[in-house]
Amino acid sequence: MTVRAAATRAVPSGRAGLGSKARSGRARPGRVGNRRVGRGVAELVTVVVAGVVAFPLFWMVLTAIKPQDEVISADPVPWTLRPSLDSFVRALTVQNLGRYFLNSVVVALAVVALSMLVAFLAAAALTRLRFRGRTTMLIMLLVVQMVPVEALTVPLFFLMRSVGESVPAFGLNHLGSLVLVHLAFSLPFAIWMLRGFVAAVPVELEEAAAIDGASRSTFLWRILFPLVAPGLVATSVLSFIHAWNDFLFAKTFIISAAQNQTLPLALQVFVKPDQNDWGAIMAGSTLMTIPVLIFFVLVQRRLVSGLAGSVKG
Amino acid sequence: MTAGPATRGQGRAALAYLAPALLVLVALLGYPVYQLVVISLFDYGQEQVSGGAPLTFLGLANYGTLLGSAKFWSVLGHTVGFAAVCVVGSLVLGAALAVLATRVRPWARGCLFLAALGAWATPAVAGSTIWLFLFDANFGLVNSLLGLDGFSWTYGKWTAFGLVAAEVVWCSFPFVMITLFAGIRAIPPEVLEAAALDGASGWRTATSVVLPLLRPLLIVVTIQSIIWDFKVFTQVYVMTGGGGIAGRNLVLNVYAYQEAFAASEYGLGSAIGVVMTLILLAVTGFYLRALRRSGEVL
Repeated sequence: MTVRAAATRAVPSGRAGLGSKARSGRARPGRVGNRRVGRGVAELVTVVVAGVVAFPLFWMVLTAIKPQDEVISADPVPWTLRPSLDSFVRALTVQNLGRYFLNSVVVALAVVALSMLVAFLAAAALTRLRFRGRTTMLIMLLVVQMVPVEALTVPLFFLMRSVGESVPAFGLNHLGSLVLVHLAFSLPFAIWMLRGFVAAVPVELEEAAAIDGASRSTFLWRILFPLVAPGLVATSVLSFIHAWNDFLFAKTFIISAAQNQTLPLALQVFVKPDQNDWGAIMAGSTLMTIPVLIFFVLVQRRLVSGLAGSVKG
Repeated sequence: MTAGPATRGQGRAALAYLAPALLVLVALLGYPVYQLVVISLFDYGQEQVSGGAPLTFLGLANYGTLLGSAKFWSVLGHTVGFAAVCVVGSLVLGAALAVLATRVRPWARGCLFLAALGAWATPAVAGSTIWLFLFDANFGLVNSLLGLDGFSWTYGKWTAFGLVAAEVVWCSFPFVMITLFAGIRAIPPEVLEAAALDGASGWRTATSVVLPLLRPLLIVVTIQSIIWDFKVFTQVYVMTGGGGIAGRNLVLNVYAYQEAFAASEYGLGSAIGVVMTLILLAVTGFYLRALRRSGEVL
């Protein structure tokens, strides 16, 4: 149980938000009934909106399990009586998507592990230690988040080309180059977000640890790290998604080594004018989306409080 | 915390803890930013890259070419318009649904949040292909429902932009919604009760109590959305096949990529990147000022 989670839970969860609460101030005959009807309408609208928002994902999964002839029908129906995994088989065998899936997993996990380690140390320093230039560093951290990394494709392309001349594994056409750039891109936000989680750990704990004779590194790894772990999980989701979703840098760096392509790149190769195999494309999209979706839903509560925390400081 | 010797010790520890992050950020963000500016000052094409021709320093000539070309201005105009539509769309939708979410029971809210998280989590390439398929000329559901058999949404300039914008709003309103929802929830109930006791109407409470309290958060999500939507790449690239027919669906980001990697005009592509960065840094300036005004303590 983290401090932040406790704080989130401490927020009273009255079911009425703005407006309705104010209205309840004046007693009026029938207002309870009105409110109930109003809430019923609001809930109906909510569910319909949720359905519309979720529809593209439903359509993706449905198309992926439809047999080919139903996919390319001029009158598509929102169900199928003959579910099949043919599209997945085609995507995995013909297009060799399994290999690219694995590449994406390797890149994303490497980015998560490295960025969490580096960001945790930095966030601890920025939150718990007083030193000169701290405020400047925090402002720099905000500013670099605003650098449109997409603009850096050209210099990074040449940087990775020279890196590759001495360390091929981190050069162009290798997954290492993607790990490096996504580590750099996800760090500023990860540090910024972890700062909120570290700050939520009471200073008294640190003082108590110091009195008990714990060194700074003992405090860091034995006390702070476990307490911030939920925050690390929430932050890592964002780093993971950042790396997992990347299309631009994979397209820029992995030019000639087809075996080192990542999933988004492979998926885009499918989309060909005039001869789109929509069944396989949707199967590939499903394979790409499902892991992120599961990940996201599992940590959504922490993510929401973490985002609110990082936005509000 | 104490000053003096303790602070010095903390400084050394801080340096040790920050070293890995600094190393990565300087090498892979700082140095490339510097290189971006340097490359934009040179005539840097395929021949220079392969060593077949010497590098010529052009000064600001690449920028001159850019600012003098009608295409650049039209792409810039499209980028601003496209970003504006996406920002307004995701803010209006996100804010409206955040308010709605506070008025329903948890089960309905849960449905909405689950759907929104799904849209949010969908990778850009997957989202783009799904929307492309939904709006496909021959096999798309939308055309089948509207009876527009064979109508291509991606062919026309404005329908293509509209389709991409719809996809972008779909995957970016959840951030606005969830952030604003958390903000509304964080308003102490006593404040709302006080307003109610003073006889404030629902509308009055919303405009005079809730909105001012949410203002800082609203500014943050607005500017964050501007920054994101100004540099959309994947959706535009995938859905319009690299910027549309004859590049009429280009936005700055895709334009820069095409100039650099398709036309091998690395100098010009970098110059576009610099222009884009400057525009976004200006937005960031507003962001920082807004944060400071809202009382953010650094």
